[in-house]
Amino acid sequence: MLEARDIHLAGRLAGVSARIAPGQLTAICGPNGAGKSTLLASLAGLIVPRDGNVLLHGQVLAALPRQARARAVGYLPQQATLAWDVSVRTLVALGRLPHASSAAEDARTVATALTTMRLEALAERPVSALSGGEFARAHLARVLAGEPRWILADEPLASLDLAHQTSLLAHLRGLADGGQAVVLVMHDLAAAMNWADRVIVLHHGRVVSDGAPEVALAVDVLAAVWQVKAEWLGQPGARALGLGRQS
Amino acid sequence: MNRVVLILALLLAVAVPLSLLAGQVWLNPFAAPVPQAGVILLELRLPRAVLALVLGGGLGAAGAAMQGYLRNPLADPGLFGIAPMAALGAVLSFHAGYQAQALLLPLFALLGGATGMALLALIAGKAGSTALFTLAGMMLASLAGALTSLAISLSPNPFALSEIVTWLMGALENRGWPDVWIALPGTAAGLLLLHRTARALDALSLGEAAAISLGVDPARLLWLMIGGVGLIVGSGVAVAGVIGFVGLMVPHLLRPFTSKLPSATLAPSAMAGGLLLLLADCLCRITPLASGELRLGVALSLIGAPFFLYLLLRLRRELV
Repeated sequence: MLEARDIHLAGRLAGVSARIAPGQLTAICGPNGAGKSTLLASLAGLIVPRDGNVLLHGQVLAALPRQARARAVGYLPQQATLAWDVSVRTLVALGRLPHASSAAEDARTVATALTTMRLEALAERPVSALSGGEFARAHLARVLAGEPRWILADEPLASLDLAHQTSLLAHLRGLADGGQAVVLVMHDLAAAMNWADRVIVLHHGRVVSDGAPEVALAVDVLAAVWQVKAEWLGQPGARALGLGRQS
Repeated sequence: MNRVVLILALLLAVAVPLSLLAGQVWLNPFAAPVPQAGVILLELRLPRAVLALVLGGGLGAAGAAMQGYLRNPLADPGLFGIAPMAALGAVLSFHAGYQAQALLLPLFALLGGATGMALLALIAGKAGSTALFTLAGMMLASLAGALTSLAISLSPNPFALSEIVTWLMGALENRGWPDVWIALPGTAAGLLLLHRTARALDALSLGEAAAISLGVDPARLLWLMIGGVGLIVGSGVAVAGVIGFVGLMVPHLLRPFTSKLPSATLAPSAMAGGLLLLLADCLCRITPLASGELRLGVALSLIGAPFFLYLLLRLRRELV
């Protein structure tokens, strides 16, 4: 279990608690400045909260050895970048850095990650020759190559077109169904409704609602947090957001 | 990468013996022996070749590490401000009087470099941020440059002034085994520290947040970088003055032949840096100038500036 317990960060998080369970796809939603990315970075151990703790299996995450933490929690930052024009395989292999495994095992895990993200044919291509969708998939493959139990991604759908968004979400959904924990910061509430097992809504650094999508993203929550009058169209599992005038 | 290392090793195996033969007195192994050939080889040219390999190797690796650390192919070890600080230390030694100066120069240069490293660590060390670190380095370089100018303008006599200016140009002329023993330990220690940054620099290619998520400790990396680059640059300036462009050019030229990750450019850059400095020093030795040898720092800048211009023009083409 990965757990934030009453964490505070000056001006950004004001007493947030959340438990992340394996086998679930959790979406963190909220307006701009709500503290979504800060919560995700805290869960990844990148930021140490001023008060409260982030715990991994009951142990304080910040007190774990860096390599052990890196092997357990994979993190995909918002706007993933790469300074050098390496091949896709070299990029994906960077995910193996926290592991002290043999070259053969590294190569096998990298090949599996490439296959999972359907990148085998592009493995030797330089990243500068990839499309935006392929680049996003390559970065996710990099995270997968580290074989983390917890996968945290900050707005992985941003800058992807609808087809690539759907494909990426299907991959992440498959990973959650396979027993990994997937946590995504998302702006697309309809996608959160359709793909997540659980949604955490943040507003002004606090958890406003937390639960199954249809509960956490109820119309009164949308009105209170996003100040929009909206209604859900269709059935749970395939729902679209109908937006009205600003309330 | 292994192929690059192998080719560079072969080139070095050819270049080192040839460099020992080149100079104002050419040594032809197939002709009648030149008087004092043994002394020329063992006491003049061999230490100079070893020094070129040590300094060039250090600067090449330091450049590769800096480019990896700042994620910028135009970064140079000089950006740290450590070389100008070491040069300032060296220039101050000229105020100590002619007798003491020769002994004090390397010591003062090393102290200047160490002061630069300490200031960098003090200003930027705790946060471990590359931006803070670059700004701190620029501030140090500009401060050291100003103080060096001040020290030159207050130079005790015209002879010292001429010595300072000549020394600042950088050279391996008249360097011997004692200089090798001054430069070697610091450079070797610096190379060991930089070797330890390799995996972290690879992770840093993905940005600071992703690197931390992969287990990198940014503060530890910064300390390794300051220590590694500082020891190499400080040791180099202590014996040969300021030698620029090696750290910029070499990793840049080699990167296309590697996986392009920083870890893959470190060792080849060290080898190619040594090779470049060895060849540039030979060029200086055999270029006829009325006033003695062409200065190594001048020669490298003459090669480096057009190279830099070429990079800028290529960048401009990519931007348009």
